[in-house]
Amino acid sequence: MLYENYVKVLYINLTIEKIHVELREDLKKYLGGVGVASKLLEENLKPDRDALDENQPIVFAIGALSSIFPVITKTVAMFKSPLTDELGESYAGGRMAMTMQMAGYDAIVIIGKKKRLTYLSIDSHDVSFMDARAFKGVKTNLIGRLIRDREPGAGKRSILRIGPAGENGVKYASVCVDTYRHFGRLGLGAVFGSKNLKAISITGDRSMPIQNLKDYLLAYRTLYKKATTTELMSKYHDLGTSVNVEPLNAAGALPTYNLKQASFEAAEAISGEAFAVNNLVRKIACTGCPVGCIHVGQYRAEFDQGYEYESVSVGYDYELIFSLGSFLGIDNPKDILRLIEAVEEAGMDAMSTGVCLGWATEAFEKGILSINETVIPLIFGNATNYLAAIDLLCEQKTEFYQYLGKGVKKAAQKYGGEEFAMAIAGNEMAGYHTGYGSLIGAAVGARHSHLCNGGYSFDQGTKEFDKQKLVDALFDEEVERCMLNSLTICLFARKVYDRETILMAMKSIGWDALSNDELTSVSKEIYKTKLRLKKSLGFELNAIKLPDRFFNTESMNGTLESTVAYELIAMFNQKNEELLLT
Amino acid sequence: MGKILKTDGMNICIGCFSCMHICAAVNLKNHSITKSAIKIRTSGGIEGRFFSTVCLGCVEEIACAEACPSAALEPRDGGGVNFIHDKCIGCRKCTKACIANAIFFDEDTKNPIICKHCGVCVQFCPHECLRME
Repeated sequence: MLYENYVKVLYINLTIEKIHVELREDLKKYLGGVGVASKLLEENLKPDRDALDENQPIVFAIGALSSIFPVITKTVAMFKSPLTDELGESYAGGRMAMTMQMAGYDAIVIIGKKKRLTYLSIDSHDVSFMDARAFKGVKTNLIGRLIRDREPGAGKRSILRIGPAGENGVKYASVCVDTYRHFGRLGLGAVFGSKNLKAISITGDRSMPIQNLKDYLLAYRTLYKKATTTELMSKYHDLGTSVNVEPLNAAGALPTYNLKQASFEAAEAISGEAFAVNNLVRKIACTGCPVGCIHVGQYRAEFDQGYEYESVSVGYDYELIFSLGSFLGIDNPKDILRLIEAVEEAGMDAMSTGVCLGWATEAFEKGILSINETVIPLIFGNATNYLAAIDLLCEQKTEFYQYLGKGVKKAAQKYGGEEFAMAIAGNEMAGYHTGYGSLIGAAVGARHSHLCNGGYSFDQGTKEFDKQKLVDALFDEEVERCMLNSLTICLFARKVYDRETILMAMKSIGWDALSNDELTSVSKEIYKTKLRLKKSLGFELNAIKLPDRFFNTESMNGTLESTVAYELIAMFNQKNEELLLT
Repeated sequence: MGKILKTDGMNICIGCFSCMHICAAVNLKNHSITKSAIKIRTSGGIEGRFFSTVCLGCVEEIACAEACPSAALEPRDGGGVNFIHDKCIGCRKCTKACIANAIFFDEDTKNPIICKHCGVCVQFCPHECLRME
């Protein structure tokens, strides 16, 4: 796409081990990212077949500005989600976007299934289908090391891999990207596993001459300065997203003990400050991001007498501290880091894993589940037992853990306790019990993520609750983020990349004719594509059923009413339908 | 006396690669980090420490200049070399002569890529990993 009038798409068929390349002029107007990926998903999806059917596609895409401007670091993955059985959409940073750009591909579509476990080696000049049979059951960290030893291109190479959970079909298995980043949500790891695809290595070395050096350097300098010297990004660099723990707790919005309450007595002990003082050892960045929000924490454990210690380093973020911390009643950073490491190594989404274990713990507490199902007692605050449960979940050998591996909604449908199974439209909740914004935002969001429209921020920023204003704000943000995600801008930098800045950057690389109005129309077109995809997969917004717990535990903005929640969803649905008619 | 680039702050590198992006852009008018005269890498994946490979700014005894058969590399005031593009015959002898492996080769132009100690990378390092001395 860069300086070309087409989007270059690499198609890989695992079944017949063939590739082909298409130059799609018709897709360029969608800017890349989620715009291009939505279209490619629409073309290749088999709506009536199971999410793990071998003919289902995996689509990756980068954007028009990828890796040549600061903080434009994301790659989008789209697929049919095995967790929700509808739209799968997930984002990862790391080095992947740069390596796709360097290899010369704007998008990659993978279909089919290998007979034996394989990994793909993609570079500027070839695609190889590599034998990965020996990697069966190997955890994510070791897989990275093994492939690094085999593949050239240190420093300009990205390695995506799944852990045993993806191979074993856990429906919220993740794909680890370059150790610290992930396609975490909605089960891309299980889709990899269903194709016998253990890993992908991408590297590239192509030349990309700059066409207008003066304009490009001016734009780059402006953006670099904005990203590094203003206050817009300091939150993400300093304490990182874990800075949210204390204010959300103080406001009564930190989901705790499976959302039996929204504040945690040990919040200070697991706050961003506590992690920074006691555990933070370094910060690193995705390629092309001068901010460096990846916070790596370390813990040490004594494994024998005589001062024998092991030390382990893992990345941490607010969402992980919520899901594997307060939500499970874990009151210290060391245990949270142990749980994060276990989930990472298994290759599962940390948020879904924590929320599933939270439900199971409460169900065990209430006698809905017994030791016959859980094998080990699940007790809030007991990290050692949770570590054992994570292993059982990853292994998928018992009926109960197989159900738990389908997501909390399906597990609760089987065993009971649906009123406290904290999923929204099948996707486990995020760490915000801020009010109608977070709840409805996730419900109406195309992928049911807190990042679809940032609903929690409307709860935090609005003084007076107004139904129509909230619905309008969520809708506008959902649509706007379709454009930001087409350009694969890291959403942490959404305030750096206002419309004027985006147009300046685009013009410097040849998009002279792009206008503000076009950005708006493209956003709407992309959103409509996603809505069509969801309809083709049988999704109906008005059919959403929210667990009672959301309405029983007081939120930051008071107790929520289910009638109001469903009314808001219906209002949003009306706006969707009106848009689809345009 | 010209200044030379020092990379003795690499312990605090976050691996953003901004130095490589700007070096390739300013000096070779290219978006590709393969065109950068400074290379940032890790040992053992991104979990490992970042280190840099770049011209060490040799003074007086300059192996790459000595190895150049066409006098395309002239000693630079302050250390390192100035690259005279029109004299280069693309023999790659300089890349082999550099014991720091800090001279790269541009397969598109058949020219070596050598740090000119211009300091633009320092301006775009968000930490203080790089400095001019």
